[in-house]
Parts: sequence; C-alpha cells; structure tokens
Amino acid sequence: MTTVVERHHRKEAERRSKADSPQAMDRAEAWRRRAPLLPALIFTIIVTQVPFLVTIWYSLRSENLLRPGEDRFVGLGNYADLFADSTFRQAALNSVIFTLGCVLVAMLLGIGIALLLDRKFLGQGLARTLLITPFLIMPVAGAMIWSVSMFNPTYGMVNWVIGLVGIDAVNWTATFPVLSILIALVWQWTPFTMLLVLAGLQAQPKDVLEAAQMDGAGWGRTFVSITLPQLRRYIELGVLLGAIYVVNTFDQIYLMTAGGPGTASANLPFYIYQRAFLGFDIGQAAAMGVVVVIATIIVATFALRLIFRSFEQKD
Amino acid sequence: MTTTTPDAPAARPTPQSHRPAPRPDRGSGLGGGLLTALTWVVAIGFFFPVLWMALTAFKQENEAASNPPTWFFQPTLDQFRAVIDGGAGVFFANSLIATGLSTLLVIAFAVPASYALAIRPVKKTQDVLFFFMSTKMLPVVAVIVPIYVIAGRLHVLDTVWTLVVLYTAMNLPIAIWMMRSFFQEIPGEVLEAASVDGAGLMRTLRSVLIPMVAPGLAATALICVIFAWNEFFFALNLTAARAATVPILITSTMTSEGLFLARLSAASLLASLPVLIAGWVAQKQLVRGLSMGAIK
Repeated sequence: MTTVVERHHRKEAERRSKADSPQAMDRAEAWRRRAPLLPALIFTIIVTQVPFLVTIWYSLRSENLLRPGEDRFVGLGNYADLFADSTFRQAALNSVIFTLGCVLVAMLLGIGIALLLDRKFLGQGLARTLLITPFLIMPVAGAMIWSVSMFNPTYGMVNWVIGLVGIDAVNWTATFPVLSILIALVWQWTPFTMLLVLAGLQAQPKDVLEAAQMDGAGWGRTFVSITLPQLRRYIELGVLLGAIYVVNTFDQIYLMTAGGPGTASANLPFYIYQRAFLGFDIGQAAAMGVVVVIATIIVATFALRLIFRSFEQKD
Repeated sequence: MTTTTPDAPAARPTPQSHRPAPRPDRGSGLGGGLLTALTWVVAIGFFFPVLWMALTAFKQENEAASNPPTWFFQPTLDQFRAVIDGGAGVFFANSLIATGLSTLLVIAFAVPASYALAIRPVKKTQDVLFFFMSTKMLPVVAVIVPIYVIAGRLHVLDTVWTLVVLYTAMNLPIAIWMMRSFFQEIPGEVLEAASVDGAGLMRTLRSVLIPMVAPGLAATALICVIFAWNEFFFALNLTAARAATVPILITSTMTSEGLFLARLSAASLLASLPVLIAGWVAQKQLVRGLSMGAIK
C-alpha cells in the first residue's frame, strides 16, 4: 500500500538523513540510533499484531465456543455470511452515523465554544474548567448519568425540563436510541475538540490579528481570512483523533441501550462483542473484526491523505 | 496568510495615531456582555449533568428518583458509605495498579523511542511513526477474541497484569507521538554540548533532556492516566471478581433488585474524582499536551 502519506514520509526522511549526515551512516551507528526505538516497537508488534493475525485465522474457521467439537476450516464462508446479515449492515450504518454525527457536531460546537472562551471576561478560568469537565468524567459514569439521571422516562431531568414548556414525557433511550447515544457522545467529546481549537486560537500570532484590525478588517473577515486557516490543522487533527476514538464507541451503547431496542442502536464494536461474548460465535465475530479493520484502513488512508496534503501546503 | 495581511508598513497607522485599535469582542460593551452571558449559559449547560450527579450522590434514594426533581434536601454521606462498605477498595486498588503501572511502562517505552524518532532520526522515521499511530486505528474489538483466548491459555484472565500490558499498548502510540513533538522543541546545541562533554545516551536523557521536557512528560502521563483509568472494554471482557476495575464498580451498582440511583451517582462521582481533580489542576498542561502532540 503506497499512499501519499508514505511517499511524503519517505521524502521527509530522505531529506532529513541527507541534512544530518552527508556520508552514509555505518551499520553500527545505525543500530545505535535505532536501539532506543526497539523496545517500544517490539512490544507494540507483539501485543497488537499477533492477536490480529490470530483474528484472521479465526475468521477463516467455523468456531463456536458452545460447540467445541465442530471447529473446521470454512474459507471465506464467514465473510459471505456477513454480507448477507442485515444486522451487520445496520450496525455498520450506525457506526457511520455515530462517528460522523458526533465528530462533526462536536467540532462545530467546539469551535463556537472555543471562540467564546478566547475572550477576556469575568470568571474565564472557571467557565473553561466547567466546560472541560465532560471530557474528564469516566465515560461509563457519563453514560449512566445520561441514561438514568437525564433520559429516564419518569424522573429524568430532560423530561422535567421539556415538561415545563408543556411537552409530554418521552422514553428517550427506547424511542430515540441513536439520538440519545449521539447526545451523550457529543457531550463527552465537545470539550476535547474545544480544547484543541482553543490551543489553536491561543497560538495565533497576536501581531497579525492586530494588524488586521488596524487595517479595518471586521470580526467576520478576520475570522475567515486569518483565524480559520490558522485553525485548520487543529480542526483536522481534532476530527482525526476524535474519529479514531468515537468509531470504537462501546461504553455508551452497552450501558444506555445495550444496542436496542432489538439491534436498532448497535454499532460494529457492540455487535462484534455480542457475537463473540454472548453468542460465542468466534468465527463470525473475527470475520467482522477483519472487515472493520479493512474498512478503517481505507477510510483512514483517505483521511490522512487529506490531512497530510494540507500539511505539505503549509510546509 | 500573506495574502490577507497587505505588507504596506508605511500605510499602517501606529496605535497612537488617529484611529485606536477597535476591540469589539473583548468583553466590553453590550455585545461583549451578551457573549459573556452566552458563554456562562453554555458552560453551565455542559456542567449540569455532572452537577446533578454530584447532588444526587448526597441524597437518599427516594429523593434521588423523584418527579419533580428534589432541589433542596438534607445531604447525607450514606451512599458513599454504602459504596465503600460494599468493597469499592478492591476496584480502586486494581485501577490504581493498572493505571499507574501501565503509565510508568508507557513512559519507559515512549521516552527512548520518541527520543530516537525526534533527535536522532533513523531511516524511515515517519514510517515508524505511522505504524505506531496505525495501531490506534485497529479497532479494539477486532483483537479482543484472540486476546481473550490467549490470556485464557496463559492463565492470566482476571489478573491486573493483563490489563497493565494492554493499557500500555493502548497508550503507547499517543505517548510516542506527543513526546516526540516535545523532544523536537529542544535546540540541537544542547545535545551537542552534552555529547562534547562526553555524556552517554542514558546520562544525556536523565540529566539534560528529561528535565527539559518535564512539562510535556507530565501532560503525556496525564493523558495516559485518563485513558487507562477510564478504560471499560478490556476490563469488562478480561476481568471478573478479582481484577475488576473502577468502571466495573459503577456497572455493578445496577443489581438484580433494581437501580439505586443515589448509590450509582456516588459510585460514579468517586470513580471520576481522581481524573477530574488531576485534569482540573493540570488543564494548562492538558491543552498544551493535546495541541503539541497534534500539531508537530
């Protein structure tokens, strides 16, 4: 897989090694430089790649922990079954909805809030502290807060608040499971994007901003022409990092809806968990895992290509 | 950016000249006041669920699950007592060990590795860096089954050590990424001076580099602590009675007799408190750490 990213990396590395040492490093020196890297590299390869190879092996077998005698090689049979499985398609669609929805909404809110916070006002520090709190709350605790304290049909705060304006009580997690989970996810991740954008805002060169103001540029024009381009890397990386974590969302789904009603709010991680640990269908679960990894690699390659393109423009 | 700032320094007025720099959005005037009010509404809105959880933790069960909600009540520590008497100590001990040891291991692996990647680049530095980040894109669920089976064969299911190893692998890429950017900030002359003085790798690291990147190291460790302390998926699937961590404690307050909202809130508050306090205290480092790791 040669991607733009890798070509970019190779170019960078070549440029750097040329700059560092005009003559080629001898072998001993190369190893001496590489040595500090090896423990981390070997550890990571063993802990992450070995289990994945085993996953591929399982995905080609019919393995069910409930029927230990019936293991056999089935080739791509598990994969064929997958694409006929409508629940799998539903879970894949939910994964996309959760990830895109959460990352986009959290980023827009994050930018807005960061702009609000990047001003001098009374209690600025306290307001920022309150705003980053959802990111620091344990996700399991956050999921419980939302599913019970906020969304509970009889004593939840959300129903109490909408009751004040005369709207009837709603059984949130049962009627709108995907929306409910999305709200909890956005609540948890907005502080993260907000922190990144805020760091970007604070890294803006002040003299450029002042110069723009003196040249008579209004707030809107300054934002579009100066602030937004400056924020671009921060926004892109917030989207990338957020997506990496949100696509793996499990806690909120497990605790708020258990993927229900039925399988309406299951995403791929939750569905794989169900097949593996409740259905004990190891072969099927493994095949799903491999498909998810392949899909992730494809999406990530496109995302990284987009981001590194902008990096190259900047450099 | 050059296109938006016309470089005509002669035409640019000095701040003392006829037109003082307008500062419409700096918190003064009616517009500023409205923006400040909006900021506070948003801040309180985001904080409210946590505040409500904290209040609920000090209520009796009948006050916790009331409609309309109970705003005024006699605070009690009964729920915290119930959580602690119910054996929360073991969960906290497991979480402390898993989080503490894995963070130490991450730092031990990440410092030399990121040093090698930042200061003395080997060939294909970027490829190696990309490999580390790519392991973060590997969905955890794709490897949980083999990890479960392998851990079972090695007889390390339901031990904290399994979590230590997995949390280390989980946080290592982010840590290497962040630490590398902090190392890159160190000027080359510092290293040259150290090597002229005849300092070896370990000595240079210990007495020159580590002190210089200490704030970055703290930020990295904090991020690792947050993710390890909050981790639920591995803990759920690989631990049972002996090695269960704090997130499992929260879910265990949902018993077959039903849900005890006040006790659940107390457990949630206790569970979140360590990371909450650490994050509040170190928010400057957190912001710096996140953006440094992200941008460099």
